[in-house]
Order: sequence, then C-alpha cells, then structure tokens
Amino acid sequence: MAIQLTVNGRPVSIQSPGDTKLLWVIREELKLHGTKYGCGIGECGACTVHFNGQPIRSCSIPVSAVANGKITTIEGLSPDGTHPLQLAWREVDVPQCGYCQAGQIMSAAALLAKYPNPTDEQIDDAMNGNLCRCGTYIRIREAIHKAASMHAAAALK
Amino acid sequence: MRISRRSFLQVASLSGGGMFLGLYTAGKAGAQPPAGQGQLQPNAFIKIAPDGTVTILSRNPEIGQGVITMLPMLIAEELDVDWKHVKVEQADFDEQKYGLQTTGGSRAAPNNWLPMQQVGAAARQMLIAAAAATWGVSASECYAQNGRVYHRPTDRSLGYGELASKAATMPVPDLKTVKLKSPESYTIIGRWTPGVAVPDIVTGKPIYGIDLELPGMLCAAYEKCPVFGGRPVSANLDEIKQMPGVRHAFIVDHPVEVGPVMRGDPGLEPGVAIVADTWHQADAARKKLRVQWDEGPAAKQNSEDFTQRARELAQKTAQRTLRLDGNVDVAFSSAAHVLEAEYSYPFLSHAALEPRNCTAHYQDGKLEIWSNTQQPKRGRDLVAKILNIAPENISIHLLRAGGSFGRGLTNDYMVEVAYIAKQVGVPVKLLWSREDDMMHDYYRPAGFHFLKAGVDQSGKLIAWRNHFISFGDGDTYAPAAGISPGEFPAGFVPNFAFYSSVMPLMLKTGALRAPGHNAYAFVFQSFIDELAHAAGKDPVEFRLQLLRQAGSDLVPLPGEGGRPGETYDAGRMRGVIEMVAEKSGWGKRQLPEGTAIGIAFHHSFLGYFAHVAEVTVGPNKAIKVNHVWVCGDVGSQIVNPSGAIAQVQGGVIDGLSELMAQEITLKQGRVVQTNYHQFPLLRFRNAPKVDVFFLKTNHPPTGLGEPAVPPLLPAVSNAIFAATGERVRTLPLSKSGFTWM
Repeated sequence: MAIQLTVNGRPVSIQSPGDTKLLWVIREELKLHGTKYGCGIGECGACTVHFNGQPIRSCSIPVSAVANGKITTIEGLSPDGTHPLQLAWREVDVPQCGYCQAGQIMSAAALLAKYPNPTDEQIDDAMNGNLCRCGTYIRIREAIHKAASMHAAAALK
Repeated sequence: MRISRRSFLQVASLSGGGMFLGLYTAGKAGAQPPAGQGQLQPNAFIKIAPDGTVTILSRNPEIGQGVITMLPMLIAEELDVDWKHVKVEQADFDEQKYGLQTTGGSRAAPNNWLPMQQVGAAARQMLIAAAAATWGVSASECYAQNGRVYHRPTDRSLGYGELASKAATMPVPDLKTVKLKSPESYTIIGRWTPGVAVPDIVTGKPIYGIDLELPGMLCAAYEKCPVFGGRPVSANLDEIKQMPGVRHAFIVDHPVEVGPVMRGDPGLEPGVAIVADTWHQADAARKKLRVQWDEGPAAKQNSEDFTQRARELAQKTAQRTLRLDGNVDVAFSSAAHVLEAEYSYPFLSHAALEPRNCTAHYQDGKLEIWSNTQQPKRGRDLVAKILNIAPENISIHLLRAGGSFGRGLTNDYMVEVAYIAKQVGVPVKLLWSREDDMMHDYYRPAGFHFLKAGVDQSGKLIAWRNHFISFGDGDTYAPAAGISPGEFPAGFVPNFAFYSSVMPLMLKTGALRAPGHNAYAFVFQSFIDELAHAAGKDPVEFRLQLLRQAGSDLVPLPGEGGRPGETYDAGRMRGVIEMVAEKSGWGKRQLPEGTAIGIAFHHSFLGYFAHVAEVTVGPNKAIKVNHVWVCGDVGSQIVNPSGAIAQVQGGVIDGLSELMAQEITLKQGRVVQTNYHQFPLLRFRNAPKVDVFFLKTNHPPTGLGEPAVPPLLPAVSNAIFAATGERVRTLPLSKSGFTWM
C-alpha cells in the first residue's frame, strides 16, 4: 500500500519503497529539486524540510517514517516567494553559491514559527546544524533578524 | 589593464530584429577586423530585442563568486540601461563566440574590467548614432539614459528596442576611441547589487548541475578503488543487475598512470559503473556491490611516512636552490636573535557542498554535456582525448555550481560520465556521493618548511633561510605543490636562502582557493610574528619596518610559465596594514585576560590584504574568534560592494575552517576522512564578527575570490600566541588540542 503524504499542501501517493530516504522521494519521485543533497548523513542540513512544522534532515529519514505527515519544502514555503525570510535573503543578498540556502531558510522558518523575534542564542541553536561552505553565516544572522522585524511590522498593520 | 591592439568590435543583426554586439579579439593569424565569427573570440556580448529587453551574457562559469552579476554590471553601466530591466544569462561553452571561459585565479575583475565597459560604451555609441541618423541630427546633440536616446535640443527620445535594428547597421567604433564614463558618474558600478540568481535560489529553482533533468535520463553511480589508481579485477555485476531500477552495471577497466608525481588530469580512472532509473536506486545497488581490487602501488602510502621523510630530506642537501641573496650563514653569526622552526600543513579537500556531478548524452557520434566545471575547455579536451571524439563534436552547457573552490578546474567527473553515456546511449546524470567527493579529490598538497632567521640588535630582519619540502619528482612539482622563488619576504631580507626538495606522491593534487598562498601565508606570517616577539618589537611595527627594507617599494616578482612577473608593491601593503591597525584599535584597546589580537598580511592574486583577529582562549584550549578586521587593496574601484564584501566574509569563514580542524590523511593509500563529520566546516555559532574595509588606490581593479583567505589563518594563530604564549606551527589547530569554545 502506497505511503500517503501531504507535500506543500497537496496530497501525494508515494510509489518508492518505504525505506527510501525522504530526500530522494522529494528530488527524484516528486521532482522538487530545491531540497539539496549534501552529505547523506544529517551533518550538513542542505536537505532540511519541515515535517508537521518541525525541521528534519530528509537525507536520513525513510519516507515510511513520515507517512501521513505534512511535508513542506522550499518550494512550498510561500506561494509566491514572499515569505519574510525569502524577502530578507534577497535584501541582505545572503547567498554566494546558494546551494545550502534552501536548507538554511527552512531551518530559519521553523525558528521564526517558534520564536517570532529570536535572540542571537536562539538563532545559533537553530542554525548550527546547517553548514555553509561559502561562509554566509554573518548575513544569515542579519537576514533572520530582518525577517523577524518584517514579521513584526506586518503584524502591526 | 591593456586591451590588445587586435581587439575589434563586431555587430550582427539578431534574427527577428535587434542587435548583437561583441568584443572580438582576433586570433594569432588575423590582424584585420573580423570577416566572420569563425576565427575570432568575442570576449563579451549583449543582446537588445525590439521590445527593449536587454540581455547580457556572462561567459565565466559561476561557482558562487558572483561573476554572473559582476560582469554584466560592467556592461550595463556603460550601456546606460536600468539594471532592474537587464536580463542576465549564462553563456554556454563556446570559445569561438565568447573567448576564454574559465574561472580561476581571481581573474574575472582584472581580465574583464575594461573590455566589458568598452562593449557597453560601444553599444551606447551605436545606439546614439542610430537615433541621430533617424532624426537627421548630429550625434553630438544626443545622449543616452536609462535605455533611451534623447535629442537634447528638441527633447525627442527613442527607446533602445526601437533603435536596435538600425544600430546594428551603424559603423562599429574603434575600441581605442570609445569614450568611457568617469567614475563619478557611475550609477551601477560601485552600487550594492544583490546576485541575479538570488530570487531563484530562495525559491528552490532547479539551477544547479545536480538538478538537471532530461527526458529519458538515467542516473549513474561510479565506484572507484579507495586507493588512487586501483583497478577492478572482478565484481558481482550479475547480482547488481538484478537490483531494483538497475539498467546497466559494468567495469571500466581504463588504467591511469600511477607514478611518483601525478599529472593534472590522469584521465579516466578505473571503476564500476551502475546506471539506474534513479540515483537512489543506483546508490542502493552500489551498497551491495562487492569489488575485488588490484590496489596498485599507491596502497603503500601513509601520512606519517610523509612527515618522517620530510624531516629526513630537511637534513640533507636541498635538491634545488630557488633563490640566494647575500650570505645567510655569515648573517646568522652576527644576529642578535636567531630562531629555527619547523612548520607544516596537511592535505585538504575542497568539500564544496554540491558533490561533483555531470550529465552527458551521446548520440550519433556527438556528445552533449551539462556541467558545473570551472574549465570547460580543459574538460572538453580531456573527454576528446580519452574517448576519441573530435572536440567539435562535443558541446558543453554551463550550469551553476554549488561551490567549487578550485575543484572544478579538473574534470574527472566529466570524463567518467562521458564514458558511461557513450556506453548506454541515453542521457545519463552521474552524481558522486559525498564520500566519493571527499575520497577522490584533487587535494591541496601538504607541505613542510624548515626555517631559520636572524634579527639584528635594532630589530631588523637580516637573514632568512627556508628549506621547503614538498611533493614531486625531480624538477617537477606535483600540481599546486610548488612555490614562487619570489614569495615574501624574498627581496626584503638582505641575506636570503630559499631551497626546496620533493618526495614522490601517488595522489591527485590541485588548486584550492588561493592555492599555495592558503598554506604558506600561515607559515611565513607566523614565523615573522615569532621574530617580532623575539626582537621585542610590536608585531605591526616589525612588519612595517620589514616592508621598508627592500630599498624600493616596488619589488619585482619572478614570472611563471614564460610570463613576465608582477611587482610586489610594499607601499600598498603598508597601506592596508596601517589601515587595519587603525580600524582594529591595535595597541590602543584594553583586552581582558585570555583575549588578545594578532595581525598578518599577504599578497596574492594581485590583491594586498591585512587581517587583525581578536581571539579569546578559555580553559581546555577552547577558543572563540570574537572579531576579525580585514583591510584589502584591490585597486581603484569595487564593482559590486555586496559581492566584494561577501567574498571577504566567506574568505574569513573558509580560513577558520581550514585553521581549526581540516586535515586529509592517508592510511594504506586510502583517504581516511569520508564526510563532514571527519572534515568539519566552521559552524554557525563560531562565525566571528567581520569588518571589511577596502583601501582604494589608483590601480586597476583586481579580483577578490582568493586573496582575503591567506592572512586569516596566521592572524588568528598569532592572536592565540599573544593570548597564551603557545606558538602553533602545525595545522590544523586541533592537532595541538584546540577546539571551538
């Protein structure tokens, strides 16, 4: 019996075997390429997606373990690329090569959902599992603070 | 920056109207303006469509260094268009059309600064000429602004789109007469400009090599022997072929030469290919693969043996004398302070986050390749040679790379997938696992420096001797394992002796961001720091004095490969040292116990950089880098401040990763480290505050991909010494028990 998931708000029936890692289901079966393969062992965070709102490393989790769950990938973070983090990432010009950034943004989105105005320590804790080989950490911190203030400004309207 | 006299502009009409303008450099044979595109190399080009859309092509491979934004900015500035309305496209590999297409050596800015602006200015001039002809007025009464040409006396205007077809018929201006803007009137150059790909990146668009999908495409995994050059004798291919999704499984028995020094591109390395419907199926099948290997001679290599051999070589007469000035032995005997030290650094992997991958389709004798290589020409030529396909039958599309740092200069992944694609006849995407990527790299070579230096009573560095032990065979260094005889402090010390000896290495080596410099800046700037402290001098003052010792501020550097050498400008270096000292409050700040600052400087890839690092060392050698100040002199103009600062911030983070814990070691010929848990990158919480300053000087703009990395390592280790009294002479710091706080 095929595994059922809700991916970016749409129900999908998965054909891959249950032990297939979620990352490869997302990339190769669902053809959503924004989620990246970096290490395959949960060390780098490039494959980060949300499972029922929590950030998970999709490279290390079999699809059977998230059956009937809600998965959100970078493609589903916002309908039109206007999540405050996406706007802040553009304004601060965070990416260099950009390969890790989908994972970075998904980790940051889970952080902001929990702490709309995070402290530097909370940012450290949330982002420490996402590697960036180009060294964009300084701008990621700035962009998270910027997105948090956009959030706050929007809430006041 | 000079433009060859054999540079010409050429226009052509776009089919469907519009204009196409390129800067062409004639090949060796031709000193005449081009008759056709065939023999010529355009260095850049732009397209203006009838609807006014301006598209600028970026010819260099984009690996995260921001060149796809920076190069088009140069053209757009002189073209007088609104940057918001410019479209940027990555050019395919086609040297006949685009000229040199390579990314490396921080060359994008110096090689393109003038030519790209001239292309934009020439196009603007032709658009103005077209408008003047349309109106029957003098071109001198017209000007261009934001994509339109205006007639000053009557205030009439026409858009570039309306003018483009006519502009294509206007005489092509001589490059030498094209008038460029004065920097005061720049509206694009010098402005903070986010990367053109950022909107795609933050929404997860499939723009990287790994994301490519083609109809009917299969996916491949390729297992190589863990020992370089090892050959497969047999494998359980029948079993593998039964695994889900597997379409092909075969041995590639293509030998490579495993000698005392590896060539830049050994060729197609032997292995076992598994081709399946999806990559995860190929990878799953690979986990069941059992191969009997003939490991070959490289299996005898161990990292400890290299260290032991280096120490033996250091005791012997050096194999080569690189440079001799004065007499070091006489000077040592008269010196007030003499120090001796052994410095070393390990092999490093590039470890870009996107594992190497490449896609190829072989059909009807032609090979089409999609790659994120840094050197498509070198890849094409390698594939042509190994697979015996004429170069003109190989085409390459360039895709964005998820980092590269020099890894893409070589093309082993390309020749592997080309071979597989030729076997299977349908499009194939080869993806290396992270483990493949780390265990089959072209590593930054390890190296050893046996140093002795003397300082006189006044604190002047009077003698310097270095026996550099590296890898190679006879007169040939392993790739990226050599050193320039003019490397600092050559030319600044009256008694100077520089020797080298090499030992064999059966491992691929290659350029890693700021190759060579990323290693020996640590060595030389640390040892200079030792000498400053021994002489009782302030480390900044000692360095400034050393930089005044050459007699002239312009010290010639030896050329390489027959090219004329560059010049080391000691005045520019003192300028950045003085600036970084001032910005960091050097010598003026009270720091708590356990916290100290260190300084280092280095010249590489035409850039002058000085870094100051503030470091706190806590219990159990846990360190925190609190703050890094960087001052760089890369000439008169920063093209894109956002990209420029990003390269420096990234260079600092990169340097910290190398400094703390990165090391590739060999055990029985195998690379021990397989993934990021054993080859750690700096993590988020350890990133320091970084302040970046550019000292603008009246020199042509130069590149930023590399020169901000080298001084970081010694600046931090010099700060550790200042805080603790412990001098680190071996990289990485973790070998001396240090960790991040």
